[in-house]
Amino acid sequence: MHPAVSVILLTTLIGAGQGLLLALFTVQSYTLVGLLPAAEGPVFYVTGSVIALALLVAGLVASFFHLSRPERAWRSAAQWRTSWLSREVIVLPAFMAAVALYGLLHAVGGGPVLLQASAGLAIDASLAVGAVASVLAFALFVCTGMIYACLRFLAEWHTPLTPLNYTLMGGASGFTLAAALAAWLEPQRVGELAAWAIVLTVLAAVGRLASLWRNARLKPRSTTQSAIGIKHPVVVQRSMGFMGGSFNTREFFHGARPGQLRAVRQVFIVLAFVVPLVLLALGRPAASAPLLLAAFGVQYVGLLAERWFFFAQARHPQNLYYQAVS
Amino acid sequence: MSRRQLALVIDLNVCVGCHACVTSCKEWNGSGAAGPMSDQNPYGADPSGTFFNRVQTFEVGEFPFTETVHFPKSCLHCEDPPCVPVCPTGASYKRAEDGIVLVDYDKCIGCKYCSWACPYGARELDEKQKVMKKCTLCVDRIYDTRLPEADRRPACVMACPTSARLFGDIHDPQSDASRAIRENGGYALMPEWGTQPANHYLPRRTTRMRIHQDELVRSDNPLRVEGHLPKPADDAATLEDAGF
Repeated sequence: MHPAVSVILLTTLIGAGQGLLLALFTVQSYTLVGLLPAAEGPVFYVTGSVIALALLVAGLVASFFHLSRPERAWRSAAQWRTSWLSREVIVLPAFMAAVALYGLLHAVGGGPVLLQASAGLAIDASLAVGAVASVLAFALFVCTGMIYACLRFLAEWHTPLTPLNYTLMGGASGFTLAAALAAWLEPQRVGELAAWAIVLTVLAAVGRLASLWRNARLKPRSTTQSAIGIKHPVVVQRSMGFMGGSFNTREFFHGARPGQLRAVRQVFIVLAFVVPLVLLALGRPAASAPLLLAAFGVQYVGLLAERWFFFAQARHPQNLYYQAVS
Repeated sequence: MSRRQLALVIDLNVCVGCHACVTSCKEWNGSGAAGPMSDQNPYGADPSGTFFNRVQTFEVGEFPFTETVHFPKSCLHCEDPPCVPVCPTGASYKRAEDGIVLVDYDKCIGCKYCSWACPYGARELDEKQKVMKKCTLCVDRIYDTRLPEADRRPACVMACPTSARLFGDIHDPQSDASRAIRENGGYALMPEWGTQPANHYLPRRTTRMRIHQDELVRSDNPLRVEGHLPKPADDAATLEDAGF
């Protein structure tokens, strides 16, 4: 497949935004049950929510550049019964609204107390909205992953590892960003966040390496023989029927050489997983904001490369019909 | 299965690869309800454009035992079309009354997801109108009662000089299309994906005649009756000499 910049930006940006919201809610839950000291103020949550929202808006803006008719984008919520893309289009704005409300409630001190569980264990509106936003964050990961995983012809994507890896990689980048944010605003919370970021980055690396291992062993189900229905061991295309370009020759071929593809794979393994792990491990004890911010920056660049590779690696069966110009 | 399913049946034994169906399709649909089919840079160094139908050429076997197969390719109007459920807007749909898969140009947002979901590469985004396009089976022509009945067929079928393209309802067992599929080994493309394409292809056939030596000299050979060759050798026994 031809990797589209708009979709690469959309999936990586909203993934980081979702992970950041999950990190904020994790911190709030830890604080509620006394695992972390109470916050000095709402600054951490409000800033985090604003950054998460900014990432989501940036992703949404990027997604419009993928559409040939962006002015009709509102129509895309119609087929939620059958289309994962439609479901994503519904869940993304709902999640953005929840994140905005979450930040707003923290800005006004947490909102009204909904439930007084016991002394010192008050469940306020911000916690309830945070829980809803967390569920929506996971729902959005599933929708985004399933857009690709549901296409059974694209064997490289048609696996439960696809939504799982979207969740793990988005979570890893979001928690790394949250650790950097905490190092700047609330250093006493860096330990837990950076530990989670390390765990998620390791899990994401395991999941992504598992999918690379799986994809390297795939045998295409469709062949030139099944494409034209002629059962002979040697069938070769001599002409695709035209000498100029077409949508079919542009949309489904990445155009990179095999060596470039392998290089991008090495680069994303190093940048998305190895270097961030080192920087997280170095930055965690010192609560170093520059090191943790560098970890996020490097990881995000690595995830851009990872997403490019994700699209480029998928071999569409239609390419069997476009093997030779003449 | 009782509802109609219009489809093309393409005989690869007959197709000569002349591309008349390609140009006829472009001509009709470029100006019809499915148009325009825009071209970019048509006379330049790197032309590109929208087509609903292509004729490709494959070589089967190894020299000198090769056959050249011309292979017309358009939307197969699958009975279980994978491109339809993924469409987020409902622009892509399959008509209940005749099984034609169509795109509503007024609803399409050009997200290209349907083209990813089609294993045959049957859909093309029109660079000018910015919507997804595909073969309509000339839906604006086959029901047009102003045309003579014989002309109410897709433009590609009308154009084919060798009648390699049949058009009909493959759910009607008496239609020419159904009969051709049934009696001439019609098959579907990429059956491994379960899309149940409505369009079928008829395979290459080799006609072989096998003549046994005795058939040339037997008593019911009309040449023999009329006293012409081939004759058996004078001293050879014929079937009539066998005696009963």
